[in-house]
Amino acid sequence: MSVVADPHIDPNADPRAIAGEDSASQWRLIWGSFRRHRLAMTGAVVVIAFYLVALFTEFLAPFDPDAPSSRDVYHPPQMIHLFDTNADGSWAFRPHVNGMKLSRDRFTLKTTFSPDPDKKIYLTLFGDGTPYKMWGLIPMEKRLIAAVTPGERFYLLGADRLGRDMLSRIIAGTRVSMSIGLAGVAVSLLLGLVLGGVSGYYGGWVDTGVQRLIELKLSLPTIPIWLGLSAALPQDWAPLTRYFAITLILSLVGWTELARVVRGRFLALRTEDFVVAARLDGGSKARVIFRHMMPSMVSHIIASVSLAIPVMIIAETSLSFLGLGLLPPTISWGVLLKEAQNVRSIAQAPWLFAPGIAVCAAVLALNFLGDGLRDAADPYAQEGR
Amino acid sequence: MSGNADSPAGMPNVPAGSGQEPRPVLEVRNLVTEFATRRGVFRAVDDVTLSLYPGRTLCVVGESGSGKSVTARSILQIVDPPGRVASGQVLLHRHLTARGRGAENTVDLVSLDPRSSAIRAIRGRDVAMIFQEPMSSLSPVHRIGDQVGEVIRLHEHVSKREARDRTIELLRKVEIPRPEVAIDRYPFEYSGGMRQRAVIAMALACNPAVLIADEPTTALDVTIQAEILALIRQLQRDSDMAVMFITHDMGVVAEIADDIAVMRFGKMVERGDVFSIFEKPQHDYTRHLLNAVRELDRPSERRLAMRAKASPGAPILVMSDMRKEFPFSTGFLGLKHDSIVAVEDASLALKAGENLGIVGESGSGKTTLGRCLQRVHPVTSGRILYTDRHGKTIDLAPLTDNQLKEPWRDIRMVFQDPFSSLNPRMTVGQIIGEPLLVNGSLSGAGLRARVAELLGLVGLPASAAERYPHAFSGGQRQRISIARAIAPDPRIIIADEASSALDVSLRTQILDLMLDLQERLDLSFIFISHDIAVIRYFCDRIAVMHRGRIVETGDTETVCSNPQHAYTQSLLSAVPVADPRRRGMTHRFRYREP
Amino acid sequence: MLITYIIRRILWSVPFLFVVSLIAFALIQAPPGDYLTTFAATLAQSGDVVDQERLELLRERYGLDQPFIVQYWKWISGVLVGDFGISFEWQQPVSNLIWERMALSVTLATSTLLFTWAVAFPIGVYSAVKKYTLGDYVITAVGFIGLAMPSFLVALVLMYIAVVFFGTDVSGLFSEEFEKAPWSLAKIGDLLSHLWLPVVILGLGSTASLTRIMRANLLDELHKPYVTTARAKGLSELRLILKYPVRMALNPFVSTLGWAFPQLISGAVITAFVLSLPTSGPLLLQALLAQDMYLAGAFILLLCCLSVVGMLVSDILLAVIDPRIRYR
Repeated sequence: MSVVADPHIDPNADPRAIAGEDSASQWRLIWGSFRRHRLAMTGAVVVIAFYLVALFTEFLAPFDPDAPSSRDVYHPPQMIHLFDTNADGSWAFRPHVNGMKLSRDRFTLKTTFSPDPDKKIYLTLFGDGTPYKMWGLIPMEKRLIAAVTPGERFYLLGADRLGRDMLSRIIAGTRVSMSIGLAGVAVSLLLGLVLGGVSGYYGGWVDTGVQRLIELKLSLPTIPIWLGLSAALPQDWAPLTRYFAITLILSLVGWTELARVVRGRFLALRTEDFVVAARLDGGSKARVIFRHMMPSMVSHIIASVSLAIPVMIIAETSLSFLGLGLLPPTISWGVLLKEAQNVRSIAQAPWLFAPGIAVCAAVLALNFLGDGLRDAADPYAQEGR
Repeated sequence: MSGNADSPAGMPNVPAGSGQEPRPVLEVRNLVTEFATRRGVFRAVDDVTLSLYPGRTLCVVGESGSGKSVTARSILQIVDPPGRVASGQVLLHRHLTARGRGAENTVDLVSLDPRSSAIRAIRGRDVAMIFQEPMSSLSPVHRIGDQVGEVIRLHEHVSKREARDRTIELLRKVEIPRPEVAIDRYPFEYSGGMRQRAVIAMALACNPAVLIADEPTTALDVTIQAEILALIRQLQRDSDMAVMFITHDMGVVAEIADDIAVMRFGKMVERGDVFSIFEKPQHDYTRHLLNAVRELDRPSERRLAMRAKASPGAPILVMSDMRKEFPFSTGFLGLKHDSIVAVEDASLALKAGENLGIVGESGSGKTTLGRCLQRVHPVTSGRILYTDRHGKTIDLAPLTDNQLKEPWRDIRMVFQDPFSSLNPRMTVGQIIGEPLLVNGSLSGAGLRARVAELLGLVGLPASAAERYPHAFSGGQRQRISIARAIAPDPRIIIADEASSALDVSLRTQILDLMLDLQERLDLSFIFISHDIAVIRYFCDRIAVMHRGRIVETGDTETVCSNPQHAYTQSLLSAVPVADPRRRGMTHRFRYREP
Repeated sequence: MLITYIIRRILWSVPFLFVVSLIAFALIQAPPGDYLTTFAATLAQSGDVVDQERLELLRERYGLDQPFIVQYWKWISGVLVGDFGISFEWQQPVSNLIWERMALSVTLATSTLLFTWAVAFPIGVYSAVKKYTLGDYVITAVGFIGLAMPSFLVALVLMYIAVVFFGTDVSGLFSEEFEKAPWSLAKIGDLLSHLWLPVVILGLGSTASLTRIMRANLLDELHKPYVTTARAKGLSELRLILKYPVRMALNPFVSTLGWAFPQLISGAVITAFVLSLPTSGPLLLQALLAQDMYLAGAFILLLCCLSVVGMLVSDILLAVIDPRIRYR
């Protein structure tokens, strides 16, 4: 090692050795190896984007997600055009969408939308839209995208069967779906930490008991149990109560994996020499656990958490899709997908699938992120032994 | 490169007048093997040249990272990726092997595609290999007979029946008891020594012309090592094989080598026959290596001088009839409870200012004994009496962790593994300062000063405090571990195999450091090791453990020169001596349980 | 030794099954109010006369005014002789409704598992052996998507494609003419010709995860010392990989039966609902939505038992292929 000043310390230094990062803490090493994982970095960026959307839902949605429009039932998506032709034939930067015209077939009474060449809806960034309350507190009118003429409606991702704007609904659903994943994982983490920690630290009968519990849990098919539990919830509960109840049900199922990770790390660390050394240094139990063992576990726990969130998201989506999870008026990706349940409606309005794309993107990104974190979690693993 | 690099490695001493020039069966010429890593190309083997002669053993010696294993693997082209033989030649003269038909037939193994059938026909048939880890070099889910017989069926067209018969014969040849039954066992039903015998049987299945043994006895106890070495020797004599034996242990080299090649940092620094290397080493590194070995295996001058000045005082740590059992559950549904006895009613006393050695083979209970002494483990019965610096005697055995905090400041531990005993997530300063911080004696600037002082005591610069353990080599880490042990100004240090994970040249440095600290800080040591040589250097008295029992105690020199117990005798006779003129293993005692 | 292991393992699953039945019963009990009230309400809705005497009889039969443990006892002793109670919605014994659907569920789950293994095994091996090649990247990418798409979404997309581009309906397990027909060879043939689509849809996720597991395990095994030993013997690369590391990587693969099976049964509930398959899923869902709890409870109990059995089979298989387990 070139850094060691005193040559007599290590006369056997290998001249071929390549100097490493000497005084880097574990987080810097983890960051170093995580950064090289390109997919994981992409995943991280997408995940952050999703949570930003969840945070600024009201501002990002062009309209109130619950506002219906009877004239725009199943209104198809409109493309944004950035440039507009002026009367004299020249081009100008004026973003707009082309308007659509509703027509009804005289014989079948089927309604169809067709482009209306005379109508253009001009769009602007940070324009005034329908008023709303940011985070339910601050009254605001600015929206990220708004029509120049107030009151004009446009549908970048189409409209549903009540003529509500899909884009706004998906953005609103992001908040619920992403947060339920986070909340569910938080609860399971608590369960997993307590049960796994107790199991790993005390061993013996406690450990056997928790192990059996985990085995039992793993041998049960989750969805029927979820369904059974959520079917037992009273239908007349307030949306918020139901939200928490569903979160609880999801986490009841998700804790096992986390408990397994925590227990495994605990067991491995408990006999590790440096933990014994910490005990002999005279540290209290709490100090041994939190000062010496925890730092080696945190990175692994973070990785497992990021892999547990997508499971929760899929679970919520599935439950809500079946009508046993969250219920309207709550908006989540699953609730939105429930609209796409029958083939006839999706044949008529394929854009009802859009929430599904959001689900896939979020789950994929979280998986990439978690994978990268798991690989980077132990920067000392590859070190020469 | 040393001066005699021009002559081929291990040119044998040909008796004058034999008339025939001995010809090598395998020649390695200018071999270079490289590993492409993200940070650049690493030359693991750098321009190595050596020759193997029928009926002779070439020992390749070197410390960890010297490239000796990679050299062996390069010969058969089985280096794991990203390793790659970059240049050089490996010439196998097939016409000189037992199967050779006389006609000149030389193959350059490097020129063959590592996956080609041409080189596969040579692996296991002309050139066979034995590996270090007997525990993991056999597949756990295939029967022994299947894995050994496979080589025969692969290279020779024989029936299943015949292959099986030959396998039984092979197992008998390597002295596996009841080969007819043993052939259908799985590796996990074998002990380590038996597995290594099975691996040897596998290597010998097709009567290879060259046997490459990569540290085949390193993972084994000395008594078993002696048996395996004798077996390899005898098999070689029977079949006139050329053996390339890779090891880091100079004692083993002296025991079996005809020729020696010394490697360091991927380069071959010296080569020659065993006597010239041991008696007239040319290269500094070889001399250094030999001195390190010779320094051990006799009492340290320094220690003797210290004891002459002040002889050990009254006993400060006395263990009487200490027993340790580990319970486990067995039987149907795991309802029956049983226990294995790890330490059986052991009694021992450590005097102030002396070094007490505990020696034993794996599974003898020596580590458990050490951990019980310090009460890391609870003990089943017996007493551990500690007399503190005020002359008060307490029994450690019944105390709880909380009550032990005080004695633990006086009795400290140094661990075997320099990698797992330091928390990789804390800086060296935090690690060393932890005991002082926890007992509240120092903090802030005072703590930093003390850490710097401790680092100085163990020979590390003060700047080391800011860095993390992974920035240090094994020897440096062991120094950090020692600094942590002496931090709260202790009186007793229990060192469990503290030098075993280190290369031999670092061992004496660490031992000397501990003697130095003993003088300065008035310490007493309990030193646990499997290595008699190290014990002899460092310890005043010795206790020999076998199967959980202390079979013999006494002054180190008395026990080593005149062992009383039959087990001690067999243990001592199995230790190879680093002098090729005193090959003793053939006269060794075998200890049989009475 | 293998026999003792199997017997021990089977005995172990008895307490498991007991706990499972408790859970199922607790779920039956979970909705507020007792179900006779629901039953009476259903009857009243459909305009039937509520027969007080009959209600009393039912109350007596299921011990509805007695403590949980008594009710459980009455229920479980019925279950053990094949009486799962009555479905209030269908007005007939539960046992009449469930068996054919359970049989189809088992068929679906088992075929999916076989499909998953058949696909994941070779792909996993290929991906590990050809690490960091184009093929490996493609497999990894497809695998990630398979993991990220919930199976019901895949089902929806496929149905959409079938309807819009091919004008056919891919839902169901039988053609129209066989739907109500009694079982015959022709009906089985028809079943098989419909089965593949749900199998593929359902198997996508677990195939992806199994491939990844196989790849990871094999990568771990590929550099173990025993592989080097075998290579030094002169074995060809293909034979070597198949005989040693693949054999070792098979262990965790077989043990996936334990957890993949419950997951398949789980996933089948939703996918079957989307594809309107006549398996247990859609009926379970309907029963849950209508709070027809004896029917729902019977399904939950049977599906759970099925997974417990799957776990058992996987443990036994594991002991068969790995001597270390059965000698322990």
